[in-house]
Amino acid sequence: MNWDDDAIVLAVRRHGESGVIASLLTATHGRHSGLVRGGAGKAKRGVLQPGNAVRAAWKARLAEHLGLLSCELIHPHAAAAMDDATRLACLASACAVAEAALPERQPHPAAYAGLAALLESLPGEAWPSIYVHWELAVLRELGFGLDLGRCAATGVSDGLAFVSPKTGRAVSASAGEPWRDKLLKLPAFLVTGGVGGASEVVEGLALTGFFLEKNAFDKPTPPARTRFVDRLRA
Amino acid sequence: MAGPEIERMVQLLARLPGLGPRSARRAALFLIKRRDSLLEPLGRAIAETLDRVRACSVCGNLDSADPCAICADSRRDETMLCVVEDVASLWALERSGAFRGRYHVLGGVLSALEGVGPEDLGIPGLVQRVAAGPVREVILALSATVDGQTTAHYIVDRLAGASLRLTGLAHGVPVGGELDYLDEGTISAALAARRPM
Repeated sequence: MNWDDDAIVLAVRRHGESGVIASLLTATHGRHSGLVRGGAGKAKRGVLQPGNAVRAAWKARLAEHLGLLSCELIHPHAAAAMDDATRLACLASACAVAEAALPERQPHPAAYAGLAALLESLPGEAWPSIYVHWELAVLRELGFGLDLGRCAATGVSDGLAFVSPKTGRAVSASAGEPWRDKLLKLPAFLVTGGVGGASEVVEGLALTGFFLEKNAFDKPTPPARTRFVDRLRA
Repeated sequence: MAGPEIERMVQLLARLPGLGPRSARRAALFLIKRRDSLLEPLGRAIAETLDRVRACSVCGNLDSADPCAICADSRRDETMLCVVEDVASLWALERSGAFRGRYHVLGGVLSALEGVGPEDLGIPGLVQRVAAGPVREVILALSATVDGQTTAHYIVDRLAGASLRLTGLAHGVPVGGELDYLDEGTISAALAARRPM
């Protein structure tokens, strides 16, 4: 068994003295782990940083084996983000969310494409909104997509302002007003698909965070995501 | 085969970095053959280390005295504090001889994967130390990894209110390094940190 694929490094765990087990999000093979011999050495440590885009080659005798991975660096997103605290927090959060939410060895090409686009966008200014859109895409990939097209109560598609925490469906401002304390806020940029302001991004993260915790994470929310949200709130 | 004492010794030696069961067996035999010149002094040194060496209550360095020799040295610049991940990093900086200030050992870096949070590291102690002492510059000498730099940014946030200079180690071309052999991440970092000449 062997394959070659584009991938993004999500996490690296030490295995023995010089090896590591790397977890990658690949373009067509989903989240996939493998042993990287010498991965803890100085030659490969820089390549195997979370967020880096790599060309990965995996081989194993049987498909269910852990297998051996080798990775060639395509783009060093981690090094590019290291000097900026918020961008680095975003990168770490995205990798931790993908690692915690996506099941192993199930193809999720949209989640990969979204994460690749997010990492490409980090040098620009729109990345906070792209991050929220990506988390929505992860929920959709996992089968827990939110229905933000029209109001669950009235059917209208204008003036959507809330999301029901029970159903994940949008609710218009007028229909949701009596229950506004129990509903989650829906920032406008998630309906229109554009770029949101700082407060809208925080509202969007609260929305996606609620449904990720409810539906996608087996354990509590990854600390990297909590730190990222705290940093954006500050 | 060997007796239970030797087997136990081999098992313990095999847990040391760089040694496996076979090399541990060779090391055990080597030690036993040099009972007077090596085994006995090594046993004594290990016993003394166990008995005397402690983590310094000020900086976290390992020493037989508390405070450690570095913290107790009045010739060192107490206004400069270098924050390192572990004692190995401290020793590396001391080997360079380039830093004559004091240290603070965190005991690791923030890691979501390993479940290491701020409360598991020496960060509260660092904040207290900076608030109480005459520190004017804190140098964050942490690994150039996602976890290392996440920790550095976290410390910068925690020390944001203090009136001091916060600096980090440069990332870039190592001494003796050739550009052709460097990874793209290091070259990007080196370009971003270029300086006038």
